Order: sequence, then structure tokens, then C-alpha cells
Amino acid sequence: MISRKDVEHIAELADIGLAPEEVEEFTHQFNLILDYFEILDQLPAEGGWTRTDTEDLNVMREDLVVPSLPQHEAIMNASAREDGFIKAPRVM
Amino acid sequence: MRTVTEERGVIIGLEVHTQLSTASKLFCGCSTDYREDEPNTHVCPVCLGLPGSLPVINRRAVEYALKVAKALNCRVAEECEFARKNYFYPDLPKGFQITMYDRPIGTQGYVDIEGEDGEKRIGITRIHLEEDPGRLVHAGEGDRPKYTLVDYNRSGIPLLEIVTDPDLRSPKEARRFLNALRTTLEYLGVFEGDREGALRVDANISIEGQNRVEIKNISSYKGVEKALTFEITRQRGMMRRGLGIERETRHFMEARGITTSSRSKEVEHDYRYFPEPDLRPLRVRSWLDRIQLPEMPAARRERFMVQYGVSLTHARTLTGELRLAEFYEKVAHVDALLAATWVADTLLGELNYRDQSITALPPERFEALLRMLKSGAITDRGAVEILRRMLDAAARHEPIETPERIMKSLDLGRDNATDLMAMAAEVVSSNASAVSDYRSGKREALNFLVGQMMKRTRGKADPRELRRVLESILTSG
Repeated sequence: MISRKDVEHIAELADIGLAPEEVEEFTHQFNLILDYFEILDQLPAEGGWTRTDTEDLNVMREDLVVPSLPQHEAIMNASAREDGFIKAPRVM
Repeated sequence: MRTVTEERGVIIGLEVHTQLSTASKLFCGCSTDYREDEPNTHVCPVCLGLPGSLPVINRRAVEYALKVAKALNCRVAEECEFARKNYFYPDLPKGFQITMYDRPIGTQGYVDIEGEDGEKRIGITRIHLEEDPGRLVHAGEGDRPKYTLVDYNRSGIPLLEIVTDPDLRSPKEARRFLNALRTTLEYLGVFEGDREGALRVDANISIEGQNRVEIKNISSYKGVEKALTFEITRQRGMMRRGLGIERETRHFMEARGITTSSRSKEVEHDYRYFPEPDLRPLRVRSWLDRIQLPEMPAARRERFMVQYGVSLTHARTLTGELRLAEFYEKVAHVDALLAATWVADTLLGELNYRDQSITALPPERFEALLRMLKSGAITDRGAVEILRRMLDAAARHEPIETPERIMKSLDLGRDNATDLMAMAAEVVSSNASAVSDYRSGKREALNFLVGQMMKRTRGKADPRELRRVLESILTSG
């Protein structure tokens, strides 16, 4: 069960400001998601897929270089830019 | 006498982050050769954390990590796994870092170093793979920058984090450990130590019975010793004044050689680690059998002593850096002992003084110089002068002339012995008073006579040799 306090804590870690009614809303939504996982938990474990099935372990690629994005494309989604950098708020 | 930093009771553990020298990044094909390049030119949807992109593990990074695990005598679990470490900071475009948490590549290894009292084993708690975050530039002046500029070229470079047990007892031991680790990584061919930012260190340090302080932001080998020495002095100072040591994180200011409190109240981070759902676990322990370790530093040191007959000190110096060891082996055939002295003492000293790398000098030039020394064509002094000329040319990115040419152009050739004898005889006969001073027991009169000969040879003779020649004349006549 997720409490209002949990949501406020997560919001703080993500540096997101939430209004009191938003805290209420997200607490409700978080709990809906967890309820859904409780349904999944009822599935029988045997015969199903587990994370440690060996078939597709060790999925890797070779150490090959492929072209990167051009700079303007790489930063085009950023809301602020300067000299090829992405501009972010002060963090220190 | 023990200095304040060497008193018992200092406990140090290190977290070392080293960039592995793969061609492409850990989870995407962007090139790792980003230094000197424009910001955000080695990036793609994966290392920019764009929605819908998926990471794929670089096989070579895993091989390199296993190689290190083997060389550091670690246990490798049947299975290891990447995890998400969640934290919010602009250097992470995804809002989390892909790292390893409870299932790292290796655990319980060790490295043997030369400790304060003889050989000492430093435990390796764990080694694991993770992605390097991006680089932040804090724009504006002073303590409160106006904004932050973000370059994701470094984002996703494979990092190997190596964590030691709290086994180190002094800043000197910490430096020795790092030197040993660096040498090992270079011998393994998984690390290029002279790349800027290729090795970064966080240090945990406490004085017995006191709180632990974490020092972040140490980016050089020398920095580690400096930061730890400063921190011990600071902590002991606090204790002498009857103040406790606060458990905190401090930053090392390289330029000023001090650590400062990060000011932010130490919060127990809530990283909310969980297994990385976009990556499958790795089951790679069996690869260990296929990994052939190259000759490691300790083995090479032993071999140098047996094969070339060099001293332990020279063997240690020569094998302390892979490229130095390789350089020595290319020139040792001229005369193993002469080469050892000239590489380990003279050449290395000149390189350190100039902050130059051994790659500055082609081994064949040095080989020619050694031949000239061995045949007696030049004096020690002349050889040092020629060496300096060659290194100067390298520093200016000019072609390096052969030592023979430099010798001729500077007229540094050794005067032949009979000339020196004749000259010495002349100096002795024309400086009667100095000679009689010397004979009456004033040893320093010899210096005057050597000086007279130096003048005549225009400085190109070896003073030690002149002294020998003069002494032989003075004692026989």
C-alpha cells in the first residue's frame, strides 16, 4: 500500500513539485498499478518464463563503432542549448 | 620518525572508476574516442536515453571486466546482472544509471602491494561494470554558477568500478595500490591511463573510532595522496581541538590541494535499485578458462632480474609501466645493465621532469645513443645532452635527429684519452701553486684544476673522467 508520504518522497527524489491534489491523484494511481501486479502474482510459476531461462542469456553485440547522430539532431529536443551543449538549470 | 599521516589508526578504502578501452560504448555503438571533439557528437538514442531505445551489452567490455577479475584474483559468480540505480541529475539522461548492484562481475579478490612494512595484501571487495555519466560544465563564476552545460559524449563509456576493502593504512599505501592497479590494467591492455579522466577515485577515510568521511572528485594519482594527507591532517586537527568528525561527503579541490564539505546534508540516498529489465543476466564464468592473462608485472620483474641481471630496484622501475618495460626490452640487447641504468634513471628522470611520455622517444634513437656510450664515443655528460636535445625536439613535434648527428653538430665527441693526458699535463705544469696546494693536502685545489680543464675542453668533457686523469698525473708526478 502506497501512502501519501511515499509519493511525496518519490517526488522529492525526482525533483518534481506536486500540488496536494496531485499527491492524492498519484497515490491512487500508484496503488492501482500495484493492485494489478497482485493479479499477476497469482499466475502459476511453473512452466512460465523466468528471468533465468538460459536460452537468451548472454545477449551481446560485438565491439563495433557505428555512426552517431549529428550534433544538431542530438540536441534538437532540448528546451535550451548553448554551443552544442544542452543547457540545464544550475545544479551546484 | 613517524609523521602525523603515518600514525597507526588511519583506515582507508578506495573506489576506483576506470574507463575500459573498448572502441564503442557499453550499450551502443557510439565511439569512445570523444576527447577533443565537439560536445554531443558521440551520442545516439541509447546513450541519450531517448524513449524506446534499448541497450545491448558490448561483449568486449564484459571480456575486459572478466580479464581484470581474473588478474585481481576475484571470485566470479555463475551469473551476474545489471541493475538500475535511480537518481535525478542532469549527467544521467535516463534518470538512472545502468550499473551492477547485488550481482557484480567479481568479488573477494586481492592485489599485493609494497606496504609500509613489506609486502601487503589489499582485498578487493568487488568489481563491476557500469556506464559513465555525461560531463557537466558549470557555467558562470564562483561558487554559484548560473547554469549547467551538459555533454553526453562520455555518457555510456564502459566503466569498471573497483572497490577495495578498508585495508589501506596511509596515503602512501593508497598511492602504491593505485600504481599497482594501473600497471595491472595496462598490462592487461584494457585501460589507457594517460587519457584524461580515465581514472577517477573516491576515497573513504577514517581515524580509528571516528566517523568515516568520503572524499569525491579525485582525478589523478598524485591527487589521491594529496587529498588523503590533507584529510588526515584536518581530522587529527579536529580531534586535537576536542571536536568530533562528522560523517560527511567532501570534495577534493585539486588546484588548492584541499577538501571542502559538500555542504548538502548527508542524506541516505534512496537509489531504488532493481534488476535492469532491458538486459538479460550474464552467465559468463566459463569464459574465464579461455582468458589467457599476459605476463603480469610481478612475473616480468622477476624475469628482468634473471634474464638481464638487473637489480631489484631497476627491475621494479622498469616494469612499473608497460611501455617502459617494452622500451627497455627493445634496447637491452646493446648492454642490459647499461640500458637499465640509462632507461630507469636518466631517461625516466628526464621524462618526468618534462612531463613527457616514453612514447616521445623512438627506441632506435635511444639504442644508438647506448651504442655510442658503450663504445666510448661519447661521455655520460655528452649523452645526457644529446638525450635532452632529442626530447626537446619531440616536445616541439619536430623530427628527432640521430644521436650521431647531434653529437657532430654540437661537437660533443669525446676527446681521445691521449689528448686529455696531454692537456692535463699542461694544466698541471702551468698551475704550479694549485698543484702544490693539492700536494700539501688541500683536496679542493683539484676542483680548480678540473675547472681549468673544463675550460679548455669547452665543457664537453666528463668532469669525473678529468678528475681521474688529473689524479693519475698528480700522484705519479
